[in-house]
Amino acid sequence: MANFGFTIKKTRSFNLSQADMRKANKLLEEVPSYRLCIGCGGCTATCSARQFTDFDIRKVHNTFRRGQYDKLSEELRKCMLCGKCTLVCPRGVNLRSLIINMRQLLTPSNETF
Amino acid sequence: MANFHPFVVPFVLGAIALFVICGYKFVRWIKQFDRKQQALIKKNMFSTRILPAIWEMFSECLLHLRITKKNWRLGYMHRSIAFGWFLLIVVGAIESRIGIKGPFHFWCAIFYRFFHHNPPANGTEVFFTQLMDLLLLYVLSGIFLAFVKKIHSRILGMKRTTQHTLMDTTVKVALWSIFPLRLLSESVTARLYANGGFLTQTIGDLFSRPVADFLELPFWSLYSLALCIFFLMLPFTRYMHIFAEVFLIYFRKLGLRDSVKMTGYTKYELSACSRCGMCIDRCPLYNTLDIKDVQSVYLLRNLRNLEHHQDILAAGKNCLMCHQCAEDCPVDIDLMSIRRISRDKGDTDMSDNYRYLDKVKGFNAIGRVAYFGGCMTQLTPTISESMKTIFDAAGVKYWHLDGERAICCGRPLIQQGFNKQAADLRRKITELIGSCNATALVTSCPICYNTFTHEYHLTIPVYHHTEYIDMLIKSGKLSVRQSDSTFTFHDPCDLGRGSGIYKQPREVLKAVGQLKKISAEKENSLCCGMNLGNTVLSLDQQTQLRNKALSVLTEPNPDVVVTACPMCKKAFRHGTEANVKDIAEVVASSVQNEE
Repeated sequence: MANFGFTIKKTRSFNLSQADMRKANKLLEEVPSYRLCIGCGGCTATCSARQFTDFDIRKVHNTFRRGQYDKLSEELRKCMLCGKCTLVCPRGVNLRSLIINMRQLLTPSNETF
Repeated sequence: MANFHPFVVPFVLGAIALFVICGYKFVRWIKQFDRKQQALIKKNMFSTRILPAIWEMFSECLLHLRITKKNWRLGYMHRSIAFGWFLLIVVGAIESRIGIKGPFHFWCAIFYRFFHHNPPANGTEVFFTQLMDLLLLYVLSGIFLAFVKKIHSRILGMKRTTQHTLMDTTVKVALWSIFPLRLLSESVTARLYANGGFLTQTIGDLFSRPVADFLELPFWSLYSLALCIFFLMLPFTRYMHIFAEVFLIYFRKLGLRDSVKMTGYTKYELSACSRCGMCIDRCPLYNTLDIKDVQSVYLLRNLRNLEHHQDILAAGKNCLMCHQCAEDCPVDIDLMSIRRISRDKGDTDMSDNYRYLDKVKGFNAIGRVAYFGGCMTQLTPTISESMKTIFDAAGVKYWHLDGERAICCGRPLIQQGFNKQAADLRRKITELIGSCNATALVTSCPICYNTFTHEYHLTIPVYHHTEYIDMLIKSGKLSVRQSDSTFTFHDPCDLGRGSGIYKQPREVLKAVGQLKKISAEKENSLCCGMNLGNTVLSLDQQTQLRNKALSVLTEPNPDVVVTACPMCKKAFRHGTEANVKDIAEVVASSVQNEE
């Protein structure tokens, strides 16, 4: 079967009531267009970094949105910020801004929470 | 003490304070130059570069030729105040040197009429008296225009002027009052001693003798006080540009440029901004979206004062980096570099981020041209297909460097202040291009082109595809059909204002069809709204910018709206019924087959 780079992921579970949602809420505040995201994965499909690694931007922002920030900082460093994801997004989510804001929220020196 | 009166004290103190403070600041900034800048200064300090520097100081600080070229009314206003005042000082110094009897102090030149009561006795003195009045009138005409500009800026051809802080407004009032006060002081003295010229004597004669006698000292004191206030506030306000610009021009001519971080050179640039507001009118964010507080003038002011951290961030972020303000700046400040400095994210992230690029192997492309489409061209594959058609038709052997997998040139990272990461990326791409032994690098994307030419130090020549196609046509390698199709051409920001390429795309289009003129082209070209420099505009705002640019482009009703940037093409394509094509596609469709 042709490998399109997509598989069905294993079910992950975490307790939302224990998740720290402050950064996630701050992100939605800074990038309001992110509320429009339908999780289609267009961003991951076009991603330049994805063409070299298993970097998955949809997974990153979805995980961030659910208050799970482990290892996201390292993942986000793979992004070259080229902006193709923003151009292909069918919902007009400003992904470049989203990525920059996630990076900043995850930078230790910018820890405001 | 001869030739002294207590009213000169404020002026003297102000002048001394001015030179001490300015001297301190200028020396401190020179110490803040980075190593490269210091080396350049040492190397070129006394070279022949000084001569053009002196000419530029004269033509820009005094005559304001660049402003005059853009708007002669504004040019006259600035020139009359700057050059007029300069001449008043120089001619006044000469006149007082000749005329003053007894000990000469430097204030005698400023308050000459007060210390020299004798009516002009010989031809020389008459000449100087009349000349000084003429110069004063010249300066006053400039002050009058400045006043008119404040009331109604459109008369002087500006839609919007800078919104100044209280400090800036106060010092402006002090400056404006200096010359009317000088006129009044000299006039009442002329009434008393008949030592005035055509202007001061005429005005002085309107006063009665006792009134003039009563007003003489207060007027001279106010004049001295106005000078004092102006001098004391000058180093902390926008009028610092008077001196800072002189040094800036000198350093720039020595070859100094902005670094990626704030250096002493940047401090000179920040102070050399006179806040004239010429960057405002044509900023797309102002004239299309009515965003009023992010223009370069405000960014520079915030950076200089360094007291509104949030303002700096906000003004720094919201910018398209379309180069329009840098084009309009009469002081020629490198506004794009300062914008980048304001966005610097620091070195917090020191790790090697793009290790995955190490496994990308360079193709052995000896004797071939490396074609770098750029990320955006991956989303507009017709452009790279057209380029391949053109390469084949011209018999050029090529290697599509990023055909399967896109590598970013690093520009978006640079523009967002991730300088460390951009350097990582740059190193890897330089290695990759170096290892393939190609003869030249051709790119379809102005963003990449600008980066390769300005940020990289590649050993092979770099061409944008408009340049390259133009070369192919001119050298006869590529033959194209002339057709009746009409085109309008959109100058992408990074290709036009960013890299200065205006001629080549037009020559190419003239070779394949008819090029129609549009109302805003070349340096005045409008941004398509999608510029990578901005991450905070909403989709709606970007659409407004795009529509404005499109309305200009489609006005002459062309068959095809042509651009040379995949990003602009993507922006325009969905906004108009008109046919939007990249220049490569246009050329590819009119390539003449060999057989």
